[in-house]
Amino acid sequence: MADTTTRAKLRWGLLDVVVVVFALIPVLWIMSLSFKTPATLTDGKFIPQEWTLDNYRTIFATDQFVRALVNSIGIALIATVIAVVLGAMAAYAISRLDFPGKRLLVGVSLLIAMFPQVSLVSPLFEIERQLGLFDTWPGLILPYITFALPLAIYTLSAFFKQIPWDLEKAAKMDGATQGQAFRRVIAPLAAPGLFTTAILVFIFCWNDFLFAISLTSTERSRTVPVALSFFTGESQFEDPTGAICAAAVVITIPIILFVLFFQRRIVSGLTSGAVKG
Amino acid sequence: MADIVLDKVSKKFPDGTTAVRDVDLEIADGEFVILVGPSGCGKSTTLNMIAGLEDISSGELRIGGQRVNDKAPRDRDIAMVFQSYALYPNMTVRENMAFPLRLAKLDRDTITQKVDEAAKVLELTSLLDRRPANLSGGQRQRVAMGRAIVRQPKAFLMDEPLSNLDAKLRVQMRTVVSRLQKQLGTTTVYVTHDQTEAMTLGDRVVIMRGGAVQQVGPPQELYDHPGNLFVAGFIGSPSMNFLPATVDEGRLRTALGDLPIGDRIRRELEGVDAPRELILGIRPEHFEDAELIDEETRRRGIEFEAPVDIVESMGSDKYVYLTVEGERASAAELEELAADAGAGDFTGAGSHLVTRLSAESTVTEGENRRVWFNLEKIHLFDPSNGRNLTLHEGRSAGALAD
Repeated sequence: MADTTTRAKLRWGLLDVVVVVFALIPVLWIMSLSFKTPATLTDGKFIPQEWTLDNYRTIFATDQFVRALVNSIGIALIATVIAVVLGAMAAYAISRLDFPGKRLLVGVSLLIAMFPQVSLVSPLFEIERQLGLFDTWPGLILPYITFALPLAIYTLSAFFKQIPWDLEKAAKMDGATQGQAFRRVIAPLAAPGLFTTAILVFIFCWNDFLFAISLTSTERSRTVPVALSFFTGESQFEDPTGAICAAAVVITIPIILFVLFFQRRIVSGLTSGAVKG
Repeated sequence: MADIVLDKVSKKFPDGTTAVRDVDLEIADGEFVILVGPSGCGKSTTLNMIAGLEDISSGELRIGGQRVNDKAPRDRDIAMVFQSYALYPNMTVRENMAFPLRLAKLDRDTITQKVDEAAKVLELTSLLDRRPANLSGGQRQRVAMGRAIVRQPKAFLMDEPLSNLDAKLRVQMRTVVSRLQKQLGTTTVYVTHDQTEAMTLGDRVVIMRGGAVQQVGPPQELYDHPGNLFVAGFIGSPSMNFLPATVDEGRLRTALGDLPIGDRIRRELEGVDAPRELILGIRPEHFEDAELIDEETRRRGIEFEAPVDIVESMGSDKYVYLTVEGERASAAELEELAADAGAGDFTGAGSHLVTRLSAESTVTEGENRRVWFNLEKIHLFDPSNGRNLTLHEGRSAGALAD
């Protein structure tokens, strides 16, 4: 019995290692490339022969990249905050109240999530040009919120449903208003859900390329994934590969920080002990 | 401190079901009232309406003389203990108990003092810094009580507060609740489906069925003088025995023999629309082993012989199950009670009588035994509407009364 469990553990462990290696090798390769000099870029060696930070210096020296980084962080953060706040309110209503059109609302939000974004790019382009939203922050924030909301509503309503309704009743009996009950009792308990949703929405906004390339035209609102694709060297004969790799490494850092920061808040089993059973 | 008055209070849900129908109830200041009934009888809905967690469809609710129909729970100044305890898991015991006081914007010192006081009463002092997840069921229950008593509300509402505890702890907590209520003298409405809690805790018991109040009174009165078949069957453990009885030539024909009836009952049964078929109800303790009674007692009742099925010796007395020929008594109320007890589909052959005989009885399983029962204590019910025919001006006088 003990023998089979150790063997099972080994088997699963091996499988895990394969998956992790498969996922990480491209990332490590890009990191390796970002430290190589232009001369050794194509030498095919995993560990750089000559280490250099020139690529990083180059990207931060150009206004292009720094500006894009600021755009990305700003747009993704604003979209995340708005989507999570709106999503929390909608999800709370869906999980707690019985109102006419509830099923329709849930159905429509699912429909939005399923809609192919590519087919919306041209109409959005026209609309935003007419409204003067083209190549602005709101021009990207609005579509991001639209597509992040279904995700937020679904994740959050699942979390709200886990919170015993008796807690809210108890808060009301203890003298809380509806708002106080939500802020002081329900929201703290839904915190893991809020953070999980925030992470998912942020990653969605941060990684988007399709909307960012179609709805922007200048550095004013271009985000990093798009800026990367516009990278050229100092002259058109220079190979920008090293710089692109360096930029790719840099833009993964905020995501990692964001996840690490919020992961500590995601404490499972926060509601245990509230009610019996 | 306040009285609570329900004046023709009803609750209709949007889907058309009526959960509570015209409930009239006056709960005096400081009184301990129990709402009891099988599941779905509307007792919890009634409590939630008093709390303000459910809207009142019609009728009026007054707390301390003031109409509170449209007031939010927070403006009614009443505390509630939930069946699930509903403790805030993200707060410590101290924070849980302080929560209502913090919402009332009391200053820090007063809050600390009041929480410490309540914790002392409920022996929670050593647990104040723990979180609910690290407490046992009984401790959580006490914290829930503590949160209710800490702000000295006008009234306590308790929604089956003990039903999640195991049997031993429940008995212990029952005395805690009782002592606490007497000590604080706060008006309390307590909902339960457990008739032992109903009998032992309250000053008065309200028995509900299908959203309507069946009878209100002190526990002993409900036990001795049940107003109808439902109350008779619901109160008492083991419950009252019911047998079909037929009125014939001024006597009652039953499986236990022909019973004489007194003038008052006879008059009651003389009307044109008077029922011919009745239901006879006898409590287990009104039976006795025929060998153990003196002549004078014997005259007050009647004897019969029946095969003994099972003898359960409880030490202080014996529960003896007798088999009786003939059909079971049938009425809507009895079916509902059986369904609530979970025995709706369990029907043995013939009917059984549960009797409680003295411990000295030498009764053994399998024999035929002569058993006596007291005619002065029997009840007769009209199966069509459940009314207790032996009840006269609120007093049950048995079948022989003149």
